[in-house]
Amino acid sequence: MRRTLEIRGGRVIDPANRLDAITNVYIVGSKIAGIGTPPEGFKSRNVIDASGKVVCPGFVDLAARLREPGLEHKGSIASETRAAAASGITTLCVPPDTNPAIDAPPEVALIRRLAKRAGYAWVVSLGALTRGLDGEMLSDMGILKDAGVVGVSNAMRPIKSTMVLRRAMEYAATFKLPIHVYPLEPWLSERGSVHEGVVSTRLGLPGIPEAAETTEIARLLTLAEHTGCRVHFCRLSTRKGVKMIARAKADGLRVSADVAAHQLHLTETDIDGFNTYAHVMPPLRTTQDRDGLREGVADGTITCICSDHQPHEADAKLRPFMQTEPGISGLETLLPLTLSLVESGVLKMSQAISRLTAGPAQVLGTGVGSLEVGAVADLCVFDPEMDWRLTPEAMLSRGHNTPFMGLELRGQVCHTVHEGRISFARKPLLEEH
Amino acid sequence: MNLQLDDQGRLRHFLDIAGLPRDVLINIMDTAEKFSGVTEQAVKKVPLLRGKTIVNVFFENSTRTRTTFELAAKRLSADVLNLNISTSSASKGETLLDTLANLQAMHSDMFVVRHEDSGTAEFIARHVPPHVAVINAGDGRHAHPTQAMLDMFTIRRHKGSDFGRLRVAIVGDIMHSRVARSQIHALNTLLTGEVRVIAPRTLLPGNVREALGVHVFHRPEEGLRDVDVIIMLRLQKERMSGALLPSEHEYFQYWGLTQERLALAAPDAIVMHPGPINRGVEIDSVVADGDQSVILEQVTHGIAVRMAVMAMSMRSSGTEGAA
Repeated sequence: MRRTLEIRGGRVIDPANRLDAITNVYIVGSKIAGIGTPPEGFKSRNVIDASGKVVCPGFVDLAARLREPGLEHKGSIASETRAAAASGITTLCVPPDTNPAIDAPPEVALIRRLAKRAGYAWVVSLGALTRGLDGEMLSDMGILKDAGVVGVSNAMRPIKSTMVLRRAMEYAATFKLPIHVYPLEPWLSERGSVHEGVVSTRLGLPGIPEAAETTEIARLLTLAEHTGCRVHFCRLSTRKGVKMIARAKADGLRVSADVAAHQLHLTETDIDGFNTYAHVMPPLRTTQDRDGLREGVADGTITCICSDHQPHEADAKLRPFMQTEPGISGLETLLPLTLSLVESGVLKMSQAISRLTAGPAQVLGTGVGSLEVGAVADLCVFDPEMDWRLTPEAMLSRGHNTPFMGLELRGQVCHTVHEGRISFARKPLLEEH
Repeated sequence: MNLQLDDQGRLRHFLDIAGLPRDVLINIMDTAEKFSGVTEQAVKKVPLLRGKTIVNVFFENSTRTRTTFELAAKRLSADVLNLNISTSSASKGETLLDTLANLQAMHSDMFVVRHEDSGTAEFIARHVPPHVAVINAGDGRHAHPTQAMLDMFTIRRHKGSDFGRLRVAIVGDIMHSRVARSQIHALNTLLTGEVRVIAPRTLLPGNVREALGVHVFHRPEEGLRDVDVIIMLRLQKERMSGALLPSEHEYFQYWGLTQERLALAAPDAIVMHPGPINRGVEIDSVVADGDQSVILEQVTHGIAVRMAVMAMSMRSSGTEGAA
């Protein structure tokens, strides 16, 4: 008989299908075979007791650096997808700034092969928008699309010429490839490492003004309208930026936006004392900006919350602030940081889950992020009330670089199911015979 | 926890004026006052730090600051080692922590550090063994606390210890100046009546009023009126290429300290400058060499203030040498 799994008695929340009910989910092989009612002749071999827990689609993370190929001293596809599984994540999207950059089919294939071998999650790639991310020559976008990329991006590398940007967007639109952009105007953000404001002035660190984000959003929105290219804005950091995206959406432009989970909690004061673990890009901004981002997530201007996972070796953060590499090892805090917005009344539970599932899945367009009979069984079971402490020992990611280290967090993944298999289990399953 | 103070509130490292209480700053000036007697004697030495090793670790070029630190250490009878790292380890790819570990292996008791990146002195202080004291000789745009204290010492000598009745103006490139940041913190900690900054908008950092607690003026004609102390900052040549200013000529025209502008200040106002000065750029020679200038006194005071800070932080770091 085929492999079966029953997830029993949980609160099943699937925002894509407006489902929120206490019920059972039945899985046969790699597919969901029933929700509420079991398929004919179903016999459970394995049971997950989900009473008191939430059952939802596996999370879809729009931005996670897995560091392979090229930066294996920071992490590998195997190590980081395992950490993703423990965090309820079943689909990850990697930016193209690997080494070499994802600008040709072999890199796309390598990442897919290594992810499949590890078996913890789907890993999809963004292709480079320009060759080697040089910001000057167009990449082979058609070939990249055929190789399976879900979009194109120049990651954090600037495209200084507006003409190159325009041509890249036109060419991407030719292949109906969305572009993922990091809105940081290259000249205004040059040399900067933190938000330009009270804290940068006090600490004497070169700042990145709010205008670096808003100027670039304006340039990109204008070109999005001009070229017809679908644009996804990555990692918003300012209140004004959120307002600009909201207005563009109201005007009917096909744009979307995400935010990193840490950006909804931390502000510029977290870098006080030259805290290198709070060195991130885009930089942490003011309390007003953080609140503006939260409002954007609540009103749907921002449809995705991502981990912006960037694992580092310890040395990368043990330097004077400006010499440290930006980024947080974020997979394992994605769920608790999102759930804390439910607890503080910013989001409803279904909204929070939507921002981790249906929202990002829509940006990727790969048909994940929902629970339907016949769909691939990617699920997460989590306990929204469980308190736990983030410690180096508890982390599975190879990167322990996080400003949340040592803090008590609420909300913990109990089980993750990927393609019908248990990819993570905090406790052993019940077996029935 | 304050990294700079021990559990009895005594100076442990000297990294930044921000975070130090007023009585510590006054204590530094009082101690410097005692040492300035020593520096005027025929035999200019006291045996306070005999047998101690002080390493001047300079990752950025400096002549004046390094020399006065060296002289201060020698007058306290310490052994001094000068290291110019910008030309050795850093260019060979050695990390800062490895460089430090090597220096610690030589059993140093104190590091005097200058580095081009903000926060470096604090970073080093967090990674040295408990018996080693760290003194910040300038980190990026962040802090230059011994310069600020020698300036406070100079002001106190001329204007007395009640800073509350003083108006002080700092003129020039506030944005890139670690000296200005430390001076402002020191002046505010000492409860100075009014601290002003005077600069074109391109040389002021973001949210300066709120971040540092100063009154902001853009033109000397407004900002210098009735001040008791004028502190001029050095203008670096690279500010022209960074599109922050059009020319030295125009800068002098609108912000240079001339005799006419000095006349707007209180009649007994003093003129200060951390050096080295650019004559005809931020200050007219007539003013720099004039009666109201105390620029060379500042250099002399630098030695006594640095002796004070070294002796105080070494005493607190648990060593027995300070008899």
